[in-house]
Amino acid sequence: MYVLTALVAVWILSLFEHSISPYFYQVVIYIGINIILASSLNIINGCAGQFSLGHAGFMAIGAYTSAVITTNLGLTPGNFAAYPIFALALVAGGLVASLFGLLVGIPTLRLKGDYLAITTLGLGEIIRVIIQNLDFLGAARGYTGIPKLADFFWVFGIAAVLIFLIHNLLGSTYGKGFVAVRDDEVAAAAVGINTTRYKVIAFIIGAFFAGLAGGLYAHFITYLNPSQFGFLKSFEIVVMVVVGGMGNIVGVIVSATLLTILPEALRPIAQYRMVIYSLLLIVIMLSRPQGLFGRRIKFGRRLKKSSA
Amino acid sequence: MRPVRCLLMGVALAALTLIPSGCGETAKENEILIGEYSSLTGTTATFGQSTHRGLTMAVDDINNAGGVLGKKIKLITEDDQSKPEEAATAVTKLISRDRVVAVVGEVSSSRSLAAAPICQANGIPMVSNASTNPEVTKKGEYIFRVCYIDPFQGEILARFAYNSLGIRKAAILKDIRNDYSIGLAQYFSEAFKQMGGEIVAEQAYSEGDTDFKAQLTALKPAAPEIILVPGYYTEGALIVKQARELNMTVPILGGDGWDSAKLVEIGGQAMNNTFFSTAYSADDPDTVVQNFAKRFKQLHNEPPDAFAALGYDAGLILFDAIKRAESTEGAKIREALAATRDFRGVTGSITIDAERNARKPIVIIAVQDGQFRYRETVQP
Amino acid sequence: MSEFLQQLINGISLGSIYALIALGYTMIYGILRFINFAHGDVFMVGAFVGYYVTPHVSAALGGSIYATGLVVMLIAMAACSLLGVAIEKVAYRPLRARPKLTILITAIGMSFFLEYGGQLVFGPDPKSFPQLIPAGTVVNSQNLVIGINSIVVIMTALVLMFLLRLIVYHTRIGTAMRAVSYDHRAASLMGINIDTVISFTFVLGSSLAAAAAILYASVYPSINPLMGIFPGLKAFIAAVLGGIGNLYGAALGGLIIGLTETMVTGYLSPTYRDAISFTILILILLFRPSGILGKYEAEKV
Repeated sequence: MYVLTALVAVWILSLFEHSISPYFYQVVIYIGINIILASSLNIINGCAGQFSLGHAGFMAIGAYTSAVITTNLGLTPGNFAAYPIFALALVAGGLVASLFGLLVGIPTLRLKGDYLAITTLGLGEIIRVIIQNLDFLGAARGYTGIPKLADFFWVFGIAAVLIFLIHNLLGSTYGKGFVAVRDDEVAAAAVGINTTRYKVIAFIIGAFFAGLAGGLYAHFITYLNPSQFGFLKSFEIVVMVVVGGMGNIVGVIVSATLLTILPEALRPIAQYRMVIYSLLLIVIMLSRPQGLFGRRIKFGRRLKKSSA
Repeated sequence: MRPVRCLLMGVALAALTLIPSGCGETAKENEILIGEYSSLTGTTATFGQSTHRGLTMAVDDINNAGGVLGKKIKLITEDDQSKPEEAATAVTKLISRDRVVAVVGEVSSSRSLAAAPICQANGIPMVSNASTNPEVTKKGEYIFRVCYIDPFQGEILARFAYNSLGIRKAAILKDIRNDYSIGLAQYFSEAFKQMGGEIVAEQAYSEGDTDFKAQLTALKPAAPEIILVPGYYTEGALIVKQARELNMTVPILGGDGWDSAKLVEIGGQAMNNTFFSTAYSADDPDTVVQNFAKRFKQLHNEPPDAFAALGYDAGLILFDAIKRAESTEGAKIREALAATRDFRGVTGSITIDAERNARKPIVIIAVQDGQFRYRETVQP
Repeated sequence: MSEFLQQLINGISLGSIYALIALGYTMIYGILRFINFAHGDVFMVGAFVGYYVTPHVSAALGGSIYATGLVVMLIAMAACSLLGVAIEKVAYRPLRARPKLTILITAIGMSFFLEYGGQLVFGPDPKSFPQLIPAGTVVNSQNLVIGINSIVVIMTALVLMFLLRLIVYHTRIGTAMRAVSYDHRAASLMGINIDTVISFTFVLGSSLAAAAAILYASVYPSINPLMGIFPGLKAFIAAVLGGIGNLYGAALGGLIIGLTETMVTGYLSPTYRDAISFTILILILLFRPSGILGKYEAEKV
């Protein structure tokens, strides 16, 4: 099985994790987490065509949930027994996040394009504000003391599983359903596809993995602060998906990697970082909106809508 | 199975691409590398830029005087964009790629809290110039600060209100997004109540808000004799202005987050009858302070604020510790830092106590006619 | 009771400013069917233009405060109009035939570009906006204070909205705008130059944003390059609330959002202020997506 091979390869690579500079290691881990985040959003945005701008909210939920579990159980790295519980905590985080994905998915099915975008943006912000006001989650102070349980194996192992899952998903009936909804929702409904169901499923799966990514993030950086999960973070993830090509698995992986390295490489001119980032985005949208690897979306769609 | 292989390839690629861009600073024979992480951009950019100016001045001063242990100090600065996770990344880079022997930073307690565990885990001493939340130094024995902590500051403010101004009823308007603000409000509240005072009303705002009339209007009916606004100057100035517009003429009190020339620039005449606590006063007649202020003004065309002064002191204390340690080893610098006694900085006489916090006086500043007027000093 | 009146005045004043910004959003959406995320940042640029221009204008006019205010506002409106038209030409026009998502992302990118570029050019520190509205009060009792600035804000907003209505309903270009918003293909078949109309819409929208900025900065005299984010977002919510594409709706929405925000902050909890606005948005989108004054548009095949 390909997944097993991948997992073994990841495990072998992870044995080297302490022999490279901690700084490189950190960047590599961030790459892995961003791959998971971007790919999970890819399911929602790219595959099912639902424009979600609140993905950081799911990440936050997963992060805080798993952190609360592991800190209250007093886990420490190095203790072998901690790891299975860590896995459970991660899954719990993912599940709570996907619960929210369900809650988000259902009411928003009536909304299209722009409206959906703004709603998800609003929901992401609401989640952030709520966390900020909950004292037991550290509120504005932040949540500290999370055990550093995430490492190369966990991050890239989960990434590999996710990629495998997406690949299979796209080939399955579900996948075809997603793509049908994305390409033309009205037509899909007209041929009897339950668009509701597919959209909601996309949200649930996407949210689950975003929650996992959040948990991994929490257990790597050991410190959480609600301001880390605002619109800016959601936007960064969206950029990765769009630049990579929506729906394109490889494209998204590559763009997540590049867009993680880019800010680090731009460190010497950190003041210009966001300016360059946003310019880059505008330029890419103007010249190659289908992303680096994407397919050109059919022209016909726009005309159809306006003559309705 | 293309995607998974691509994933692994991607990782390999990433590792490779990082190598050329991974040329960190390497220390030349006659240099000691010190790292700084500050918020040079982002929402609290002025704090970071002030700190940076003070610190670079300290570096220049010490190098002009011959350096430390016969070597020049080289400062490597990283911007954390006012974000805690960036602070963590910045510090990791400074320690593992640039191999600095010590780190200076930060002003914001949230960011110090993110960076401290990393410094602690690596045995690299960290000196915060202005983080006042007590949690910061609790992160480990390698974490120090050259400023006072909020329990002390809160108590001093309470004493000032109760004793010097004779106030018995206070209201608090705190920034809920900022744990410095929440902490300071809490310590003030406890101390004030212990003295016999009463907190008659409490409201909150969020960093970045511009309209506080709603909260102020809600505070009014409780008829407070003073309002504590333990946040940053950006909101503080606006709050005072709007309070005056609502006919609230009572004195208004702030903490060291108010210390900035912008306070009076934005607040204007409304700032009369306000006070705040800080580490530094430009009116201090001491020659060391006056000298520092004069040179700073020459370089930057504006007077130094507390963050610049604390940045300067943080630098000098660190260099002094390295000199006393006679080594650049982390553990030895740590020992020397912990042994700092009565160091004469521009922010007063500094002694590092057993919790690695600084024992030093607090200055209360009165604001009048657009000027900061020295009011009183309180010793620890 | 007077506390309530006080909050009411505060709310109406704030709401008027939101209304002006909301009008820009709603006009652009009505014509192009897209949310101009960068609108809030055009607002920000307006405030900075005002900041830099005021000393010169004040010197030239010899310090007459109302005249200075008026001239500064006009200059800011002109500058932002140019900015708005430029943004449209460079970033939005080439993407008109593309899927909505592309242009939305471009708008977000443009927004960030203005914000961080602003931090670079103007400096990230907040600047103190000069006084363009005289200080002082109209009503000054112990419990109720109505400042001159509240009155000026409300009156200016009303005048501008009246002028806008005049333009949109009683001029040729206004009629052209309305035509394009109903059906742009038919409009172009009737000989209307779509590009001109769109540019003009941006001129109007950006001018209003600039005016709002001058008013806002006069009331809250601390400006910084990130100041447009939240007012922009709330004004957008206001536009949706009132019925996007509907001018009266935008004005109404602005007022409601301003009032709700003030009331909730004063009587309930200030820390949930932003969350309240977003919650309103979500509720509206779930239960009445066309907004209070809007018409429901079913997506026909």
